[in-house]
Amino acid sequence: MTSENLVEIKGLNFSYGERSILKGIDMTMAHGKVIAIMGGSGSGKTTLLRLIGGAVRPSSGYVKVAGKVVHELKRDELFLMRRKMSMLFQFGALFTDLSVFDNVAFQMREHTDLPESMIRDLVLMKLHAVGLRGAHDLMPAQLSGGMARRVALARSIALDPLLIMYDEPFTGLDPISLTVIGNLIRRLTDALGMTSIVVTHDVQESLKIVDQVYFISDGVIAAHGTPDEVRGSVAPFVHQFVHGEEDGPVSFHYPANAYARDLKLEESFA
Amino acid sequence: MPRRIVTGIQGIGHRVIDSIWRLGYASRFFLLTLLKSGTSLKRFGLIIRELYFTGVLSLIIIIVSGLFVGMVLGLQGYETLQRYGAESAVGTMVALSLLRELGPVVAALLFASRAGSAITAEIGLMKATEQLAAMEMMAVDPIARVVAPRFWAGVISMPLLAALFSAIGIFGGYLVAVVLIGVDEGSFWSQMQGAVDFRYDIVNGVIKTFVFGIAITAIAVFEGYDASPTAEGVSGATTRTVVTSSLAILGLDFILTSFMFRGMG
Repeated sequence: MTSENLVEIKGLNFSYGERSILKGIDMTMAHGKVIAIMGGSGSGKTTLLRLIGGAVRPSSGYVKVAGKVVHELKRDELFLMRRKMSMLFQFGALFTDLSVFDNVAFQMREHTDLPESMIRDLVLMKLHAVGLRGAHDLMPAQLSGGMARRVALARSIALDPLLIMYDEPFTGLDPISLTVIGNLIRRLTDALGMTSIVVTHDVQESLKIVDQVYFISDGVIAAHGTPDEVRGSVAPFVHQFVHGEEDGPVSFHYPANAYARDLKLEESFA
Repeated sequence: MPRRIVTGIQGIGHRVIDSIWRLGYASRFFLLTLLKSGTSLKRFGLIIRELYFTGVLSLIIIIVSGLFVGMVLGLQGYETLQRYGAESAVGTMVALSLLRELGPVVAALLFASRAGSAITAEIGLMKATEQLAAMEMMAVDPIARVVAPRFWAGVISMPLLAALFSAIGIFGGYLVAVVLIGVDEGSFWSQMQGAVDFRYDIVNGVIKTFVFGIAITAIAVFEGYDASPTAEGVSGATTRTVVTSSLAILGLDFILTSFMFRGMG
């Protein structure tokens, strides 16, 4: 069973100082699957990605990627592991001083001794996969939001990783770009045989492309299952989230003192 | 009342501890930059690229300022020296002022505001737009790939810019004193040649520019890397770079001068 799972998370706890973000998360993510992690803003989804990538250390528990506990790795070992994983940041995080071509070629030049002619072919192939071969000599500032994210996607598959993590890949995209990015995530995962973890709020788009969904709420896994199971779920949190309802277990108000006390009305009622 | 005093004292304590902590953090960052310079020194193309941005793009401001500073020195020098009938020494005065003090210091102040602020803003914005985090996730160390090349480019370009500043300044002094006012050209140059000592004046000036170059770029890269990843954070960091490095230049200049020119010559 373990060998089929690329990522295994067990009893994972994480807190920023006193504030507890993740409380006892258990997850498994199989090879070749697209897994969505959903939850409200500030529920700890991005933190989870950072823990998988080894950018932060858990308070307790562990994340295993390809059989290795991430936080126990030395810096060199961690960097070696990161060559097999990629992360697509929310707004692409393209290097603004490099052209589209150089952005995609970046990791090839940093980590391999490939000749420039081969790098050129590889970069054009990666850009072709996201439909932007013709844009290779543009600068990031000349791209639209959707195009920048596609370039970032081409950059993240540059070294054919085992695992790609997407941090809110659908945020701020028009409906066409949104479908394009969604389909690309699915197609690239299948074609390259990698595993994709998509952190998102976008329920409808992601349910179309993923194999499995985890819902995180208040730092714990509130529900998980296949897209069909999730759509049919009657669990209050899942129902509220999937249908975008205002009323439900997720409250509209940030925790606060009693309204009357904050408005200093208590005395007048007393 | 006593409580307010205690809080006040605590506040001062916090500030002092914070400042010392930050100084330690900055020193550690500086050492890391030096330790991780291998990549950029091996791939010198990375430094050359940054030399263009920090050095070549600073040329205009350095040349124009150098010219004006030299011309003003020529005017003021002539004005004072002719009272004692020593106007032929104006060349010496212009050259020594520029080589020992004004060249290194003014060029460094201009470099801090032109290139230092640009380095901080660029690195800060790279952090704010997650480019540094993306690089980390690609198993590329941002200190080796982004910080070190900018640091070395600054250290290399500062002495060159200061040398250019002094040379143009001397030319500016020549324009005013010889061409405009009519001081004898022969004595202008020959007195300068006789009075300026290579080891004592020029080498000391060059040492200053190296020290300033290290200080400015070390401050600039640290402030950029340490900036909060927001618009406010980056603007604050840019301001701190200019203020801190300007003060560092003036402070270091006093220290260096007191070691180099102890009332001799």
